[in-house]
Amino acid sequence: MMAPAPTSLLLAEDLAVGYFLRRKNARVVAGPLHLALHPGELVCLLGPNGAGKSTLLRTLAGLQPPLAGRLEVGGVPLAALSAAERARQLSVVLTDRLDAATLTVQELVRLGRHPHTGWLGSLTAYDHAQVAAALAATGTTAFAARLVGELSDGERQKVMLARALAQDTPVVLLDEPTAHLDLPNRVALMRLLHRLARTTGKAILLSTHELDLALQAADRVWLLPATGALRTGTPEDLVLSGTFAAAFEREGLAFDSASGTFALHTPSGPAVQVVGEGAAAFWTRRALEREGFVPIAHPAPLRVTVPAGAQAPRWLVQLGDRPAQSHETIEALLRALPQLPKFEKPSVNATA
Amino acid sequence: MMTAQRPAGTEVQAPQTAGRPVGWLLSLAGLVLVAFVLDVALGPVRIPLPTVVRLLLGHAGPDDTAAAFIVNQIRLPKALTALVVGMGLAVSGLQMQTLFRNPLAGPSVLGLTAGAGLGVALVMLAGGSAAGGFAVRQLGLSGSWALVLAATTGAGLVMLVVLVLSARVRDNVVMLIVGMMIASVTGAVVSLWQYFSAPEQIQEYLLWTFGALGGVTGPHLAVLGAVVLAGLGLAFASAKPLNALLLGENYARSMGLNVRASRTLIIASTSLLAGGITAFCGPIGFVGIAVPHLTRALLRTADHRVLLPGACLVGAALVLACDCLAQLPGSQTALPINVVTSLLGAPVVLWVVLRGRNIRSSYA
Repeated sequence: MMAPAPTSLLLAEDLAVGYFLRRKNARVVAGPLHLALHPGELVCLLGPNGAGKSTLLRTLAGLQPPLAGRLEVGGVPLAALSAAERARQLSVVLTDRLDAATLTVQELVRLGRHPHTGWLGSLTAYDHAQVAAALAATGTTAFAARLVGELSDGERQKVMLARALAQDTPVVLLDEPTAHLDLPNRVALMRLLHRLARTTGKAILLSTHELDLALQAADRVWLLPATGALRTGTPEDLVLSGTFAAAFEREGLAFDSASGTFALHTPSGPAVQVVGEGAAAFWTRRALEREGFVPIAHPAPLRVTVPAGAQAPRWLVQLGDRPAQSHETIEALLRALPQLPKFEKPSVNATA
Repeated sequence: MMTAQRPAGTEVQAPQTAGRPVGWLLSLAGLVLVAFVLDVALGPVRIPLPTVVRLLLGHAGPDDTAAAFIVNQIRLPKALTALVVGMGLAVSGLQMQTLFRNPLAGPSVLGLTAGAGLGVALVMLAGGSAAGGFAVRQLGLSGSWALVLAATTGAGLVMLVVLVLSARVRDNVVMLIVGMMIASVTGAVVSLWQYFSAPEQIQEYLLWTFGALGGVTGPHLAVLGAVVLAGLGLAFASAKPLNALLLGENYARSMGLNVRASRTLIIASTSLLAGGITAFCGPIGFVGIAVPHLTRALLRTADHRVLLPGACLVGAALVLACDCLAQLPGSQTALPINVVTSLLGAPVVLWVVLRGRNIRSSYA
């Protein structure tokens, strides 16, 4: 579908991923896929559960064989690389549970140097420098001496990323690194990955369920719907072309390409003209939607004027040519709206 | 702290952990030496410590003939056996705990010693039915090799079964139950064998099951030493793969480890160690499972380049100490070594279970 750029670090053509159930009895999870990863690029692999995101990542990482197609890393077929050569091209952060509780952070990050050291695994000064750089890049230098078992989820994920960075590979693959993290940690990790892709020139691919964050941070999105027909592109193109909305339609999610969010409520009540702009207007619209009103910009019998600028916050409600009511908070506004004549509170229809 | 500024090409030791493990290993080596001398000195016949030291250093005096005979023929071989057994069992347990990612893995717990026992029973009872009952100390050199081969094969087969099952079952508790079942199946086979064997053969086998460090002398000791040395050599060669396996097989593979080859190496080493030792000294429990935990707690590291020598030394010191305890009553008869290691080892295992609270999620 697109001409592969000569600089692609990872290239897949007609790739089919899945499992061998019994001998020669393959179950294709996704494919045929045409993929490319370029230097300095953060790519987010999005898709509903069961679409095969983990299977694809594991296949790209060489942890399971592809069912069909061509898969090249650094211009060489992945299958032709020895385990050690592959480990110098690709590093991974997996969802595997980490049992080695008495490993210190530093020892764990040092393990990343495995493919670069001799049979004894002794580290040279260069190896130590790489480990130190990986710790610094992920902001984990401060707890290098702590035990892995004592880390929080967010810290552990950063440490696992540091281990992958210490492996010093052009391609880094991460399988749902934002899972189990709270919102600040998710944002911090995405920001870190984006910055790393830019500053180190690595190609970073991660699978995630964080659609909002992925749309903001990703240079490219690989959208893998349950049908297995992968679509790729910049997040903005995918949103504007409706591809993004279509991929999640099956799950009953309505994607609002104007705001870049999935609508939680599908209001069906009376229209309300919202007059004003800025944050106050945005949040007023959100509150009205939650209550089942349909906020619109053009004139309607019911009109809400939101506070603007430095004036004391006042929400003015006017029905037709009746005198306007004034409210100091959105809460008061919402309480007053259903009591207006001719208006019962509209029934709220929330999507499942 | 970081060593990035050092000139390139020089080998740089771990910054914070550089001095610590070396110091610990040296003091552990000292401990082993003390326990070794003590083990030689203790016994039914009282030999003064200076005489023991003199004999061990090879300066036998004119009055020392009786003592020299006891030390050279009985106590020194026994102490050497204890040393070798402690090292071998500890290292086999350490490798198993890392390979299976299971804190309660050990040669006795997962049925390796039972498998080795089955091999020994095969040689002792079946071989014995043709040549008359014979015990380890009556074996010729070829017989002792046959015993090692049978025990190692038995241990290796059990290890393979456990490995295949562990790939299917991720639950540590289930793995332990599987180990128990394997042990009881091999036990049943041995019982069946005993049922059809002559009483004197059974007696020899029963004595073997108590575990003994004393029966291994001369050429047998050389065979045991060679087997354990080979097993330890393989284990030390696996230090880097074992480190990679700390994060699980997927990470190990992603870091360029040939998991299958490494696993084969580790299985070979573990089977040699557990099989060889069990063949000569009987099933000695708890050393394999307890020593790795003690070593990790002591050295506070998960790096096998430190843990392997550490476990060797802790294991040797522990078994030597157990053998000293077995003599301590001062009576003519010493306690079976298996009794002492169980008395000391079982609390350690309980401590591991209680400390970890959840044995499913911490093995190292």
